[in-house]
Amino acid sequence: MTTQMFGAPIRRKEDPRLVTGGGRYLDDLGNDALAAAFVRSPHAHARVVDIDASGAVDVEGVVAIYTHEDLPGAVGEPLPLLIPHPTLTHGRTGYALAKDEVNHVGEPVVMVVATDRYVAEDACQRIRVTYEQLPVVVGIEKARDGEALVHDDVPGNVAAHMTQEVGDVEAAMARAPHHLTLDLDIERSACTPMEGKGVYARWDAERDELRMYSSTQTSTGVRAAVAAKLGLPLQKVECIAPDVGGGFGVKIMHPWPEEVLVPWAARLIGQPVKWVEDRREHFISSAHERGQLQRVTVGFDDDGRVLALDVKFWHDNGAYTPYGIIVPIITSTQLLGPYKPGAYRCEFWSLYTNTVLVTPYRGAGRPQGCFAMERTMDSIADTLGLDRAEVRARNFILPEEMPYDHGLLFQDGRPLKYDSGDFPASLAKLKALVGWDDFAAYRAAAEAEGRKVGLGIGCYVEGTGVGPYEGGHIQIETSGRVNVSTGLTSQGQGHETVFAQIVAEELGVRLEDVHVTTGDTRRMPYAVGTFASRAAVMSGNAIALAARNVRAKALRIAADALEVSPDDLEIVDGTVRVKGAPTTSISLGTVSVLSNPLRYAFDEAARAATQFAGTFDPDKPPVADDDEPGLEGKDFYSPTQATFANGMHAAIVETDPVTAEIRILRYCVIHDCGTMINPMIVEGQVHGGVAQGVGGALYERMAYDESGQLLNASFMDFLMPYASEVPTVEADHLETPSPLNPLGIKGAGEAGCIPVSAVIASAIEDAEGFPITRMPISPSELWDLRRRHAGGEVPSLHRALHRALHRAPHRAPHPGLGRPTSPATPATTPRDGSTTTAAVTKETPA
Amino acid sequence: MIPASFDYVAPTTVDEALAALAEHGDDAKVLAGGQSLLPILRMRLNAPGVVVDLGRIPDLQGVCDDGDHIVIGAMTTYAAVLADDLVSTHASLLSKAVATVADPQIRHRGTLGGALVHADPAGDVGAPVLALGAELVVAGPGGQTRTVTADDFFEDLFTTAVGEGELLTQIRIPKHTGWGAHYEKFVRVSHQWSIVAVAATVRSEGGTIAEARVGLTNMGSTPLRAVSVENALVGQPATDEAIRAAVASVADGTNPPSDLNGDSDYRRHLATVLTRRAVLAAAGA
Repeated sequence: MTTQMFGAPIRRKEDPRLVTGGGRYLDDLGNDALAAAFVRSPHAHARVVDIDASGAVDVEGVVAIYTHEDLPGAVGEPLPLLIPHPTLTHGRTGYALAKDEVNHVGEPVVMVVATDRYVAEDACQRIRVTYEQLPVVVGIEKARDGEALVHDDVPGNVAAHMTQEVGDVEAAMARAPHHLTLDLDIERSACTPMEGKGVYARWDAERDELRMYSSTQTSTGVRAAVAAKLGLPLQKVECIAPDVGGGFGVKIMHPWPEEVLVPWAARLIGQPVKWVEDRREHFISSAHERGQLQRVTVGFDDDGRVLALDVKFWHDNGAYTPYGIIVPIITSTQLLGPYKPGAYRCEFWSLYTNTVLVTPYRGAGRPQGCFAMERTMDSIADTLGLDRAEVRARNFILPEEMPYDHGLLFQDGRPLKYDSGDFPASLAKLKALVGWDDFAAYRAAAEAEGRKVGLGIGCYVEGTGVGPYEGGHIQIETSGRVNVSTGLTSQGQGHETVFAQIVAEELGVRLEDVHVTTGDTRRMPYAVGTFASRAAVMSGNAIALAARNVRAKALRIAADALEVSPDDLEIVDGTVRVKGAPTTSISLGTVSVLSNPLRYAFDEAARAATQFAGTFDPDKPPVADDDEPGLEGKDFYSPTQATFANGMHAAIVETDPVTAEIRILRYCVIHDCGTMINPMIVEGQVHGGVAQGVGGALYERMAYDESGQLLNASFMDFLMPYASEVPTVEADHLETPSPLNPLGIKGAGEAGCIPVSAVIASAIEDAEGFPITRMPISPSELWDLRRRHAGGEVPSLHRALHRALHRAPHRAPHPGLGRPTSPATPATTPRDGSTTTAAVTKETPA
Repeated sequence: MIPASFDYVAPTTVDEALAALAEHGDDAKVLAGGQSLLPILRMRLNAPGVVVDLGRIPDLQGVCDDGDHIVIGAMTTYAAVLADDLVSTHASLLSKAVATVADPQIRHRGTLGGALVHADPAGDVGAPVLALGAELVVAGPGGQTRTVTADDFFEDLFTTAVGEGELLTQIRIPKHTGWGAHYEKFVRVSHQWSIVAVAATVRSEGGTIAEARVGLTNMGSTPLRAVSVENALVGQPATDEAIRAAVASVADGTNPPSDLNGDSDYRRHLATVLTRRAVLAAAGA
């Protein structure tokens, strides 16, 4: 039998090439190309008064200098708003080169094309742009107060205002015996892939054709956008994503200004042009994500069941909204995680600020939603004196309730309906893995050594594999080589391997004979892109369906040749053979020969396929009416809705009692992405996601000052975790197949990072005994919180008071803890009363 | 992130280097290890007309024994300092501090002298050089040399006693043979610049501190030496309690920065904690 491929933890086919320097990234291409560089705005908000390029035109090697005035037609019009939405009433996009006004530091103003990048940057430095500075809006609070406006014609800086409600939240809230309000704050971060963006374009004047390469997550999207902008027939534009050194979301945004300008200039100049983003450009002119302020009001019963959940949040969308409001929509829907509140209302405002635009970053709004929900669960448990895992379990959607329709619309405009999942089983596995029930003893042992430890937990559900579709094409050559093509792109996830595994399994061929191409519009012009943890679900299923078509064709041809029924045939290691009589066989390569009758013989395989070779039926045409030549097949997969993966994480964190240093001692993950194609790759995705989540929880933030300057726009100041800071990830899996697709799979790409900030906050809070409402958190900030807690400004958790009483029953709680309530009788907060676990109460916009 | 155009000079002797500096004046920048200069050039924060590379001057490299002192050439890389037995035997505080600098790649390019003259207060070599009472040999126009004590060397943020047209050539460190040493560094991620760090070296006699030297990293615009703490430590038993009391005031009078990694109050708090830890470790307690 053919070795089992689907589900096997086989090593990645692409790794030998990538780790030995064989990768071909964008900057490895186009060594003969001219180089582009950009003059970018040094101001966060200003009117462009004058551009004086006279000092640059004489720089030797300068080929062209462009400003907005030079951009013809659609090239000079605003960039597209890719994903419109009815509530995005004030969508605004920038120009490829700023027209009249700049709205964030880093916005491109002038493009220089020169013989090389050195010359181009020298010329950029000689271009004088005169600006008239305008009031700057930085930070959600300033955007919300609306005193200064990013766009004059957008009142209150509100791009979108959206409310979704299921059930009667007011009534359910009024009935609930307990209430809490939490004010929460998540800061900005960014994808920061190892390779920044890059574009390289060649214009073929003889054929009036454009070939472009972009370090993108969607070559078909870029192709369509560039064809539209440049007024070219789609057939005259090819777009190829070469090896891409990470994306994490930032490269699904398109077209970037450079993706329009570089091909436009290459065509105009008649020479290849290339632009490769440098690190500073990536920080100040790509995209960020995450920044939200949230207010959660929850009503719950004595058992901790959520009767009413009322969430308001304010989302910083940066200067423009080209990618619509996908991120806050995902926050507002995926916030619910594995839970089923009695009634739910979520209202959000998406606000403009004079900062880099905000588009999805791995997790795409979910880390924020998970933070809100999980902080709420911890607060409910603490208020009632209940176990945190138990409160979660009491709110779970149960397996027998699947499919579960929340009654909300998800990011794809379709119902938020969970297809499968076994949350109680996941929680049981997680508790066993981390030693949940033994943690009191673990804590006591640590405390005896003078150490502070805490246990945190976070659960999430992730909608993966959103439509509309992806396709797969498979062609078997006469050599037996199997060419597989899908249109979505790869940024290092291991697509070459998992798609090959699917084909090897479905077709019965050897893995090494399968060759996968992604992201090349010449090979597969119909595709959407790689985002939303969708590649395995969408292209995986499309490729499986295509493989089944090819298999059926191969069996049909082989059955004719062997004069048996197709039902009696099997394919093993690339050979079609009769079941039970394996010597009666024919190789797939030979089947490919037979599938394509030839007139000309140019090699041995072709000779076997000529019209005079072998036997043929003179009464039938060489290619049947209902058939096509060639052993190939194509199919598409287009699901009715997303499939929902889930996971639960727990961490044990130690906080230094003196320095407030935060160390993750253990990090445990239970992950359920349905049937796994390759568990090793799934684990790698989870590990990488957790690492990125740890970055978001403890290190990464975009530090804008009041004038809109990004203070940490380099890897010297923007901290990312090294291997030394990322904990060993202890992962275990549950495989609850998706009933929605042929392979039963769900996406796994973003999972690891979603709950990390929630989990780490939960663990720090547990260690410290006071609420953590703002992430990321640094040792300095934790130390400051300790001071404020000691001074009575920050309340204690109920359980911390309880533990203190338990340890020293003769002592009353410290008066400075500011919580008069006895922990034995849980405190509740009146609906209009003061917040219980809240940070500072914030104004809501009128 | 590409430097503006500059001329490149690579002298092979100190005299040639000094001549190049004399010729180009403040239009010249000295390239030692390049770990700070190159980012500055790439971000076009500075655009010198001439870069004078000291990397091909053999006289500036290596460590030698000079009686009561060890002498380290200014262009000796961190990696070479770290691997050197003379340093680890007679100035182990410096070895321990250098071991915490960034990552192996940077330690193989960056130089001790380059870091000292760059004088970033968050750099890790200023405090140990200060604590060890080093003398810094500076060569000037015409080749005459002068010696500056470490106490007088660091003048301000990114400013040292090395003037225009001068080069730091040698770091002379009095032997601290048999002294215990520890560099206690606080960072959030492993390869980060010090948020605060403390360099301590201690000579103990029978469980009592006979002499102590303490330097502070990133607690002001220059590395600082905590002389009052050093004095308070003398004669103390090497116990947690005694050391805690002796170092309690280490942050008094300091003016550390507030930045993304911590405010100045937090840094003052850290300095006290780290000093205690460093001295305890250096005293072998």
